[in-house]
Amino acid sequence: MSSRDDVVVVGAGPAGMAAAARLRSMAIRVTLVDEQPAPGGQIWRNLEANRNTAVGKALGSDYAAGAAAVAALRGSGCSLRFGTQVWQLEDGQSDADWRVFLKTAEGLDMLPASIVLLAGGAQERPNPFPGWTLPGVVSVGAAQILMKSAGQIPAEPVWVAGAGPLPLLYMTQLLALGGKIAGYLDTTPRGNLVAALPHLPRALAAWRDLRKGIGWLKVLRRSAVPIVKDVAEIAASGSDCLETVTYRPRGGAAVTVPARLLLVHEGVVPAIHVTMAMGCRHDWRDDQQCFAPSLDGWGETSRAGLYVAGDGAGIGGAEAARLRGEIAALGIARKLGKLSEAEAGQRAAPFRRALKKALAPRPFLDALYRPRPEIFAPAGHTVVCRCEEVTADQICRAAGKGGPNQLKAFTRAGMGPCQGRQCGYTVSHLLARSLNSSPGEVGFFHIRPPLKPVTLGELATLEVEEATP
Amino acid sequence: MTGGSRAILYDAVVVGGGLHGLSAALQLARSGARVGLLERSWIGRHASGASAAGVRTLGRPVAELPISLESMAMWHDIRGLVDDDCGFHVHGQIKVAENDIELAGLRDRVDQLRALGYRHEEVVDAAELRHLLPPIARHCVGAAVARDNGAADPHRTLQAFRRAAEAAGVTIYEGCGVGAVESIADRWRLSASRAILEAPVVVNAAGAWAGRLAALFGDTVPLGTKASMMIVTERVAPYVAPVVSCAGRALSFKQTDRGTLLIGGGVQGRFDLQAEKTTVDFIALRRAAQAATALFPSVAGVAMLRVWAGLEAKTEDLLPVIGPSPQAPGVLHAFGFSGHGFQLVPVVGAIIAELAATGKTTRQIAPFALQRLARKEAAA
Repeated sequence: MSSRDDVVVVGAGPAGMAAAARLRSMAIRVTLVDEQPAPGGQIWRNLEANRNTAVGKALGSDYAAGAAAVAALRGSGCSLRFGTQVWQLEDGQSDADWRVFLKTAEGLDMLPASIVLLAGGAQERPNPFPGWTLPGVVSVGAAQILMKSAGQIPAEPVWVAGAGPLPLLYMTQLLALGGKIAGYLDTTPRGNLVAALPHLPRALAAWRDLRKGIGWLKVLRRSAVPIVKDVAEIAASGSDCLETVTYRPRGGAAVTVPARLLLVHEGVVPAIHVTMAMGCRHDWRDDQQCFAPSLDGWGETSRAGLYVAGDGAGIGGAEAARLRGEIAALGIARKLGKLSEAEAGQRAAPFRRALKKALAPRPFLDALYRPRPEIFAPAGHTVVCRCEEVTADQICRAAGKGGPNQLKAFTRAGMGPCQGRQCGYTVSHLLARSLNSSPGEVGFFHIRPPLKPVTLGELATLEVEEATP
Repeated sequence: MTGGSRAILYDAVVVGGGLHGLSAALQLARSGARVGLLERSWIGRHASGASAAGVRTLGRPVAELPISLESMAMWHDIRGLVDDDCGFHVHGQIKVAENDIELAGLRDRVDQLRALGYRHEEVVDAAELRHLLPPIARHCVGAAVARDNGAADPHRTLQAFRRAAEAAGVTIYEGCGVGAVESIADRWRLSASRAILEAPVVVNAAGAWAGRLAALFGDTVPLGTKASMMIVTERVAPYVAPVVSCAGRALSFKQTDRGTLLIGGGVQGRFDLQAEKTTVDFIALRRAAQAATALFPSVAGVAMLRVWAGLEAKTEDLLPVIGPSPQAPGVLHAFGFSGHGFQLVPVVGAIIAELAATGKTTRQIAPFALQRLARKEAAA
């Protein structure tokens, strides 16, 4: 057991970096694993390489602000493993330890750990609409990844459709890099603002965040980007790839425009694939319309020794993620006996106060950007599970035969390569609607291993000793 | 549920909504009985939904052959039974020998079968093996083949048996586990989580939990548990038609209609019977991947998409328990299929219905008596 690390942190975004550095500062052995070639997560992706470049400048001050966290991690003495996927997580059989199965360019490997901290962040909310699977329809998040990692921006004017801060930020960044926007189809329901207003006073405590959003809108207006408000329905069509986009404002008539590239985004949800696969308990978060793992005050899940920090614990943004990472690190130190209960509590107190402040604008933002109902009730012919090509109609017809897991057997929805990452929420919502229930009651797919595809040849050559039963 | 609730009367209650429970319920209902079926979770939740769905007489224990061959005939007319083909294809089953010693073992087995009058298995040489399985590794020297064998689609089979059972009048209670059992006059009262059912005949088809149910009726059965792991891969171009196993390794390997490869063979995962949960153990599963890539080197680059393990009961001699309870009148057991029960589904249902109607059966089920296991327990 001499090679064992005490803690494996999965994900090198704001939460994972803060937690790893904090753990190391308490003389805890820690390995930080991330799929990307460098630290930063989604928000600070490729930050080190983009520093002092035109792309880095266009990405703005929030992006540049990640440099300190990245530098702190580099200097922390943590073992860092980039370009490394966690393809499976298992609890050790006889003891309370974990087996973290890794995949790198060199092959498969397994890292034993007493504690695992998941800092996998968020994923974009699945958003099926007619034609969403056509080439030429891309998520805003994916477009931003291309911008950050390869400095790529679309050559032609793009249509952007969606809601939430990310489309606004992306469009601002795109304009700064000389990109062109054909129009922004804002899908935020007009009524959301009324529902959000009662939360505004509390949100003003974080007025800097709100000002950012207003600033982005100003940039769009200055650049004369056409904005269509309160778009309720979107459809993409074309024979082999996107040719036209049809949108319908609430209560208005449908408009069809030619388009080569449509970027879509309807907010983000916690990445729950791993915690679901590990059988952790989850709660339905009505305010954010998503499931999130049930956590104690330190970020520990219902599975002992498995922690979550960052947006994977509930959407809160980069600063909240960093603070949750700090708190989880202290909780883990306490669990490992490096800190007493009192010490941990004392040291966590300022982070907890700061977290409360960082989360202050959330009720306002969650209400303002509450997803429009059409996302969860796509037209009958819309493909919901793109891996197995299952339509909304097929799901609804099978409703009543059981929950999401029985539905797999009837429709094959969720059984393809993405393992329900794309259709899980839509299936739960469609079932809930058919059964007059809520997604929280209907539940989610059971997630089956592995977490990432590995080949038969890779598994056959996995060099790990078989535990003696 | 409180004792004040009204009990629902049936001629027979089947406990367990796997394929054996559905098949028994279907046959009982067709013989004219009013049947209720209690399933704690949902239809096909455990072994039946997790099955590789091999329809195989190849390599089966000799004691099972009489009923297995009858079941094979029923599979060949499965549409006549459940009005659906269940995704059953007759592409044969092949057990591959990787060396001359293994091949000699397969020959001995076929000779033994011939001596007993069975002709469903044959031994083929390396050339015929390559003809049947073009991508097989060059070192393989021959195989045993059962050409009328094949495989079905487990989910389709579940749906077909469920539909047929319901059409025959079976009432299915899902999410309804049995809590207590009592004997009332000439019938049994089963108190389940959402209903109370009474019937003179009770069928125990409770799979991995059948030992516990048997205990409620006073039958002590030493039962083990199997949690056999299965791998399904991404889709690949047509690769093999027959179902492939291996004389010297734990492997079952087939390609589904969808193009995915389904790989199992009995490598065991971990389980928690109380929580009704299985856990995949990838270090153990490595052996299945090694077996698959040893026989089919060209699948090394194929990605595994999903892995799971089903839960079912296994007996000490790996033969099922089929027949009346020695202790409890009217109780009929059908469990302990030990990893090879899928093919027996049609015939066991028929046997149970026959036993319920007449108290006896013309089929050879003596080797499957529960007493054989209980005796061993007492001797030990």
